Amino acid sequence: MANNIKLMQGNEAIAEGAVIAGCNFFAGYPITPSSEISEYLSVKLPKTGGVFLQMEDEIAALGAVLGASLGGAKAITATSGPGMSLKQEHIGYASMCEIPCVIVNVMRGGPSTGLPTLPSQSDVMQVKWGVHGDHAIIAITPSSVNESLYETVRAFNLSIKYRTPVIILTDEIIGHMREKVIIMEKDSIEILEIKLPSVPPEEYKPYNYLSGKVTPLAPMGEGYRYHVTGLIHGDTGFPSQKTEVIQNAQNWLIDKIYKNVADIEKFEEFQTGDAELLLVAYGSTSRSSRQAVMMARAAGIKAGLFRPITIWPFPEKQIKNLAKRAKIILVPEMNMGQIIFEVQRCACNSAVHGLNIVNGEPITPDQIYDKIKEITK
Amino acid sequence: MIKTKFDYNKYLRQNTLPHIWCPGCGDGIILKSLIRAIDKLQIKKDDIVIASGIGCASRLPGYVDFNTIHTTHGRALTFAIGIKMFKPRLKVITISGDGDALAIGGNHFIHAARRNIDITLIVFNNYTYGMTGGQYSPTQPIGSYATTTPYGNIEPPFDVCDLAKAAGATWVARSTSYHALQLDKLIEAAITHQGFSVLDVITNCHISYGRRNKMKSPVEMITYQKEKGIPVRSAENLKPEELTGRFKTGLIYQKNDAPEFCAEYQKKLELLKTK
Repeated sequence: MANNIKLMQGNEAIAEGAVIAGCNFFAGYPITPSSEISEYLSVKLPKTGGVFLQMEDEIAALGAVLGASLGGAKAITATSGPGMSLKQEHIGYASMCEIPCVIVNVMRGGPSTGLPTLPSQSDVMQVKWGVHGDHAIIAITPSSVNESLYETVRAFNLSIKYRTPVIILTDEIIGHMREKVIIMEKDSIEILEIKLPSVPPEEYKPYNYLSGKVTPLAPMGEGYRYHVTGLIHGDTGFPSQKTEVIQNAQNWLIDKIYKNVADIEKFEEFQTGDAELLLVAYGSTSRSSRQAVMMARAAGIKAGLFRPITIWPFPEKQIKNLAKRAKIILVPEMNMGQIIFEVQRCACNSAVHGLNIVNGEPITPDQIYDKIKEITK
Repeated sequence: MIKTKFDYNKYLRQNTLPHIWCPGCGDGIILKSLIRAIDKLQIKKDDIVIASGIGCASRLPGYVDFNTIHTTHGRALTFAIGIKMFKPRLKVITISGDGDALAIGGNHFIHAARRNIDITLIVFNNYTYGMTGGQYSPTQPIGSYATTTPYGNIEPPFDVCDLAKAAGATWVARSTSYHALQLDKLIEAAITHQGFSVLDVITNCHISYGRRNKMKSPVEMITYQKEKGIPVRSAENLKPEELTGRFKTGLIYQKNDAPEFCAEYQKKLELLKTK
């Protein structure tokens, strides 16, 4: 048992999670604070016959990942703020063509070059809306090193199941901290494998918008010849400008995620049962928030914490339910106010406050507790 | 012996035709040449990946029955590298226009060449951005006109072949949509070459380029290709000033013993296995 317990860094845990998930392709570009992921995989992947590539830029890195994924690879890339901006072009392509991939964004302060090695949570809305055109995205915000590992495995599973880019939206604090990780037996972890379609090649269509089911993506080079394009396309994969095809395609990209929220969502609640004051926090800030809940409870305030693990799609239903009791809600985040808008939308009868500290330092339990006292006066 | 007519239909996706190219466009000539070359090499359709970027030429993959990827503008080579590295047994061919390969995709072009990865890049070089209406491209000659060089182009153009060779490509050639038979042989050789091969094909866009540059018809543009193209060997005997405004055709550079990227990567994997 003791052998299964390791001290790991958050970024390393993401890389190890990828290895456990069966990742066999990485392409990236060096950027702080995500570089440990590529360094770790540059050691690990070649040992198991996988491909490690350092590309000429961030766009190329995701392009290579998508090319490999079309060939049937379990592929991942990792980046941070400025790199995430560059990747948007291919995140859109992956969404449109429904190519599975995992993209890690270790958030740092921005805009532009911003704060290379200081934490931030200011890319939450970029992850949702950074791509031009309508689409849905899955994003996961781990709050510990252990969770970073297992959520990476889940990210791969979701990306294959829903044929979509999945973003691991971690932050510099979680990425660089070291904590205990318990490595489970591989048999006890659900790992989705890439399979050939169940139909023969002559019957295969890469998309099926009206079926309500995700068509498996046939790895190229295995007899299933089809076309992939970033143009709006019909079930055959070929471009179309027919109005009904366009509408079906657009609906599908949203529906395949939002009609499966129950399967995709993941969250943690802490002392929310009787909470009249609700904290909504994610990533590293949720750790300070948990401490602040305990401080508030000790002072007789009925506080609780709701922590989205899947942050996109946003857990609307849970917030709506909790807001029936909690008439005061506090959303601490290391940005100038982003997820607070989602919370306000879901809890319109509650007073929703923000605590936005973006000075390159983590938000402390004391700062949150002080804010709790102020808004519950 | 009776020469039977070549059957293109076994490689064409009939349901995606007619193609989008204008009547008289040179791209169809290159498409047919590509099909003939692939047929000659007898490569299985399942083993061929064709990736393209964005632009007129990049619509080609949609029409052919292979594994086809119409990617983003300039980035076809990045997808090509990804799938080639993951499945080195596949033959990967990349189709780009001049703007696609050398402007927005210039960085990927030089780095693919530097790696000497076993991919064939065919540049459909028509000196213009045809699909967007004829803006000037990085291969447009000085002094010529485009919708965005109404007073004449002052930017020196890239020579696709010089750039490819300088960046590390190990097989470099040029042809035109006039030299269709030579093109068959060059495409065949490019695909066969083990390493990064670049084939610059001068093709005609009389609609967006020619009519602004005193070549209104496809015939005038094809004549330009015929007259301005000069075989590499003939060019050797000419003085530099005699080559002004002309371009070399045929195999320009070939290096057979350079390490190929996929093979080198596989060697590393083998080495790690024995450790």
